[in-house]
Amino acid sequence: MPDTFFGWIAFLWEEYAPLFIRGTGNTLLLAVSGTAFGFVIGLLVAILRTVPLSAKDKPVRKCVVRTFHILIGIYIEVFRGTPMIVQAMVLYYGLLQSFMPAMGAAVFIISLNTGAYMAEILRGGIIAVDKGQKEAAQAIGMTHWQSMCSVVLPQAVRNALPSIGNEFIVNIKDSSVLNVISVSELFFQGKSASGTYLRYYETFFIVALIYLVLTFLSARLIGWLERKLDGPDSFVIHGSQSDSRAVIRGNKEG
Amino acid sequence: MAAQEILKIEHLSKRFGSNQVLRDVDFSVTQGEVVCIIGSSGSGKSTLLRCINLLEEPTGGNICYHGKDIDTLPVTDYRARVGMVFQQFNLFDNMTVLENCTVGQKKVLGRDRREAEQKAIAYLQRVGMDKYIHAKPAQLSGGQKQRVAIARALAMDPEVLLFDEPTSALDPEMVGEVLQVMRDLANVGKITMVIVTHEMEFAREMADRVVFMDEGVILEEGTPDQIFETPKEERTRIFLKRILRN
Ligand SMILES: Nc1ncnc2c1ncn2[C@@H]1O[C@H](COP(=O)(O)OP(=O)(O)OP(=O)(O)O)[C@@H](O)[C@H]1O
Ligand SMILES: [Mg+2]
Repeated sequence: MPDTFFGWIAFLWEEYAPLFIRGTGNTLLLAVSGTAFGFVIGLLVAILRTVPLSAKDKPVRKCVVRTFHILIGIYIEVFRGTPMIVQAMVLYYGLLQSFMPAMGAAVFIISLNTGAYMAEILRGGIIAVDKGQKEAAQAIGMTHWQSMCSVVLPQAVRNALPSIGNEFIVNIKDSSVLNVISVSELFFQGKSASGTYLRYYETFFIVALIYLVLTFLSARLIGWLERKLDGPDSFVIHGSQSDSRAVIRGNKEG
Repeated sequence: MAAQEILKIEHLSKRFGSNQVLRDVDFSVTQGEVVCIIGSSGSGKSTLLRCINLLEEPTGGNICYHGKDIDTLPVTDYRARVGMVFQQFNLFDNMTVLENCTVGQKKVLGRDRREAEQKAIAYLQRVGMDKYIHAKPAQLSGGQKQRVAIARALAMDPEVLLFDEPTSALDPEMVGEVLQVMRDLANVGKITMVIVTHEMEFAREMADRVVFMDEGVILEEGTPDQIFETPKEERTRIFLKRILRN
């Protein structure tokens, strides 16, 4: 048996590398799918929530829209107002257990949880988009759906990108609570690996390092993505006489 | 043949809470005419335009488009036929100049990409912005933005264009380029236009009809000569005196 801290680290890694790697893979899978599905949920909620109602609308339509508003409100309150660890217990043992494997249930739970936060994040992003953008879209005859999808949401998402990226990082860490429904994500694997030799300190030191690497790399990736989405500062004058593809520096506002 | 009446607005009223902004406004627009709406700040000019385009929901009265009550038409179809140019330009910030001018054609009118781009470029040429098709709005000056916004509206082939103070957010040296485009549209393009403006010179020169609004009503209307030379109402005289002195 090793007798130093680093000795134990090396030993445990040697012994359990496949376990840690599988756990890391599952943690990433949960974080990526949870953030992606949560994002889609957030977008749908954002579109539904902003459906305009006019005094001339038929009562049926008004009723449907209001019902959606209430349901959306309840969804957001419940999922933001309870810990995900509790949501996992209630949903898994109360409902999902009987018709899906733990991993499927975990994706389902983390997506619903993230969706509630995304909905609020995107609401903020939409508020930050100038009202005139939506009006201009309406003025050329776009429907609510069209104007949201092609004009408002792309800008809202850009505004909200730092917070959306943050959700991903939160999900890398918080997916660990899903160990309570026995999903073999990183924390769960850490528990398994520490059991045999009862080396909690060293095992979870490794786990902590892996989490840190994941979140550090994700933060860099998100930063790169943000810059990429902003596009170049300059544009090419089209068909200028010399066709020299002269580049004019744009004077960016704001 | 008498010119066609495109829009006929009767007894239009609009209330924001307890604030009655428009009362019993009657107004019509005939094919090919240029109507300038003038009046002091807060008199309801913008609200009238926004009601015509249904960006605001009127609280009373009715609007007929070619004799049909617009309540019987799909709102989006109607809006596509009535273009709008805003004071703050409102170009789609997430799109290039070209995309700004094609997105509506593709999504609303169902034109294919080639046709939409040809049309967009033709109108961008018309407003002198065809060189900038790859630029984003943030990279353009105010006057350039407004010219693109006009091309965007024109690309939908609307029957009437509504302008809400198209030059008042511009630096003085850029006002001319936008007014020049509008002159060209009226003279050469024979585009039907309703223009809310504080540019009295322009109204006098270009308008077939000038409408003076005051406290939510149309106080008087007539030819530029009638309104500017021999206004009937005292309030019109006061308004003109005040604005022409500045
Ligand atoms: N969304 C709104 N909610 C409440 N009141 C409004 C709203 N929009 C306009 N008003 C009020 O309606 C009145 C008329 O406004 P409007 O913008 O139509 O005036 P205007 O003639 O265009 O003025 P300006 O020359 O300053 O643009 C104002 O008193 C304004 O405060
Ligand atoms: Mg106004």
